[in-house]
Amino acid sequence: MATMTDTWRQNPLARFQRQGLPVAILLLALLLAGYGAAWALNAPGVIERVLPQDGAWTWRDLLAATMAMQRPLLPAPHQVALDLWSSLLDWPLESPRNLLYHVAVTAESTLWGFVMGTALGLILSVCIVHSRTLDRALLPWIVASQTVPVLAIAPIVLVILGSLGFAGVAPKAVIAMYLCFFPVTVAMVQGLRSPQRIETEMLHTYAASRWQALWLLRLPAALPFLFPALRVGIAAGLVGAMVAELPTGAQAGLGARLLTGSYYGNTVQIWSALVMSALLGLTLTSVVAGVERMVLRHRSQA
Amino acid sequence: MKRGTQATALLVLAGLVGGALLLQFPVAAGEAPTPLFWLATTLLALLAVQSIRRLAALDGARIYGLLTAALFGVWVVYFWQLLVVALEVPRVLLPPPSLILQAIASHGPTLWRDFVQTVLKAVLIGWALGSGLGFAVAVAIDRLPFLQRGLLPLASLTSTIPLVAVAPIAVMWFGFEWQSKAAVVVLMTFFPMLVSTLAGLKAAGRLERELMHSYAASYGRTLLALRLPAALPFMFAALKVNATLALIGAIVAEFFGSPTSGLGFRISTEASRMNMPLVWSAIVVAAVTGSVAYAMLVQLERRVAFWHPSVREG
Amino acid sequence: MHALEDIDLDIGEGEFVALIGPSGCGKTTLMRVIADLEKISAGQVLVNGVTPHQARLARAYGYVFQAPALFPWRTVLANVTLPLQIQGRSRADSKAIALEQLARVGLTGFESKYPWQLSGGMQQRVSIARALSFEPRILMMDEPFGALDEITRDRLNEQLQQLWQRERRTVVFVTHSIAEAVYLSTRIVVMSPRPGRIVKVIDSRLPDERHLGLRDTPAFIEVAHAVREALADGHHD
Repeated sequence: MATMTDTWRQNPLARFQRQGLPVAILLLALLLAGYGAAWALNAPGVIERVLPQDGAWTWRDLLAATMAMQRPLLPAPHQVALDLWSSLLDWPLESPRNLLYHVAVTAESTLWGFVMGTALGLILSVCIVHSRTLDRALLPWIVASQTVPVLAIAPIVLVILGSLGFAGVAPKAVIAMYLCFFPVTVAMVQGLRSPQRIETEMLHTYAASRWQALWLLRLPAALPFLFPALRVGIAAGLVGAMVAELPTGAQAGLGARLLTGSYYGNTVQIWSALVMSALLGLTLTSVVAGVERMVLRHRSQA
Repeated sequence: MKRGTQATALLVLAGLVGGALLLQFPVAAGEAPTPLFWLATTLLALLAVQSIRRLAALDGARIYGLLTAALFGVWVVYFWQLLVVALEVPRVLLPPPSLILQAIASHGPTLWRDFVQTVLKAVLIGWALGSGLGFAVAVAIDRLPFLQRGLLPLASLTSTIPLVAVAPIAVMWFGFEWQSKAAVVVLMTFFPMLVSTLAGLKAAGRLERELMHSYAASYGRTLLALRLPAALPFMFAALKVNATLALIGAIVAEFFGSPTSGLGFRISTEASRMNMPLVWSAIVVAAVTGSVAYAMLVQLERRVAFWHPSVREG
Repeated sequence: MHALEDIDLDIGEGEFVALIGPSGCGKTTLMRVIADLEKISAGQVLVNGVTPHQARLARAYGYVFQAPALFPWRTVLANVTLPLQIQGRSRADSKAIALEQLARVGLTGFESKYPWQLSGGMQQRVSIARALSFEPRILMMDEPFGALDEITRDRLNEQLQQLWQRERRTVVFVTHSIAEAVYLSTRIVVMSPRPGRIVKVIDSRLPDERHLGLRDTPAFIEVAHAVREALADGHHD
């Protein structure tokens, strides 16, 4: 029976008031805080370097100057927005001056690594669940390795692969793969083992082979465990791909943009790259979440 | 079954003895391998695999599982050492474990300074601060629910920003020293702790909350006596995850710029100098730190959240 | 449709009142209204002359739920001292009172155990000891023995009866079981669902001193029969 508190779901205006309005208010507050912080952080530098030294400036001059610095400590929100706009629209897509080019480079490594890491994780988890040796000898090490900062190994992997002659997408994809692989494996092992005893025993009474049990029971049961791990994995893969771009001369990709921005003190470039990387991460995880909703749509909420 | 256990123990022992014997071959010390050597290695490998399989098949004590994993680890390191030397793998590509141990020993003071810089300063302080902030905001949201609808989506934004992107900005604002790395760690650990604490605060059962209501207990009393203890298992899960995130965050943040010490700094600079043994030593230090920190948190959880079913069964 | 309609009930001090009826008859809702766990849309509820809210703030109630609701991180003793702690009693006092209450429910020696180390029946006894520890004016019990097996249930019924004998506290007791209602109470309120209302109030003429053997006596069966009939009546409406 619908109560008073539920009718807001139907009315779009009421929905906006309840859910959208607080977010909008806080976003507005954040925007204002951003401008305020930009003014506060940039002011000392502006006073030192831009404004007339004899003190012949007003508050208006100060405000205008802090909002339009070349190398601000904190760029004003509109500066970042303008930079993003011009980068996306003023240059062709293949040009390195267009941020989307870098997005594509990073996304390519991330996706390749994600696919490989997931495949490897799936295969290994199936093997672990079916082999007692692997389960007891290997799985503890995989679980323990989650406490190790895997990303720290990135430079080594790049150096090794570089000296073996691998360059370009491959080493970055390998690092992304490495980071996706662990959460997927651990989650899949948990998921493949999640069916209760009565379910596995039922299949046993049907004289189902191990493959049939895998296909009919374990894999479907493992899906709710797999998807959260995929979301974590793709986000980790993105970070891995970006870190992998750092040592290799920082030519292309969002990580490279961040590094060059920080080398040349081009703050606006850093923030643009940051916003794009956040958007990329959001897009990738949303796609995975969308697939999850589609695949699991017929399941009841546990 | 006792006979099976004895046979397995013998097999394991035989393997270890064989391994020790194989090390006596001059090949292990650096001379060219002979066909006899390869035959012996193959046989030893078969023996090792068999002993691990037999050990894995044993039922009974929990220690068998631990021993299987340990034995597997020992053999992996052993064959790593043997094959890297025998096949004359370039040191740059993959140094043998013995060389790594030597590097750790000889660069002890440097590694210790790096450890202090990264772990004791950036990681520890950032982890504590970030988790503390996450906890405080969670309690604030719990107290003032209207904050939840506005604050939570924005807080989740902090989790979408890849940490790599935050590092250069942090360096710009907080300088090259450990403070900027700690800032990155704070950002990374804030959201997981926030979400987990919120989930934990909801964990106290309805009956228990109504019980406190019937005692006319205040919000604060209920929080301290019921909801916080009930939230502890969730908070510990976040603290454990955050420990790993903190270590990763501090190390990667150092890739972006550091003074002259720090584990991440060591790894990236020595890697570009192709000084692989030192790079691996730093990685070993980081790995051991991560595992020990996690183990310590697990122990603490056992003492504080002893009552939770997940801890009781573990 | 409301959960409760036309409820007109007076409960005197020292009475043991059972609320009985099928699922959905509102017996739990009625008790929660008295205990200030639910709000009413119309009418008046007075507990010792004040509203339920004021009575709750004056710590007039002891509540025993269907589940023990013990805090697993506290020992048995600490669980019983919980309400005393909240009321600000001293450590020493609380401990002494708790030990006495535990003795009354027959759990001496289990003070340092944790709830998950006890059986269901023992946990519920701790819950009762906790409810009585601060000497509430009214004891509310919501199907407290529902999750236990019949043998344990019988024993606990007897213990509760003896406890009440000693103290003559006002008790409001919700139950599904006719035998339990008749055995324990001085007044039985029969309710029926849709909407929840009182069908009949039966005064029990059974003697105050009761033991389990009473359940086979004709007087007992007579009262049980009256309750059964009232329940059937309510069902047909």
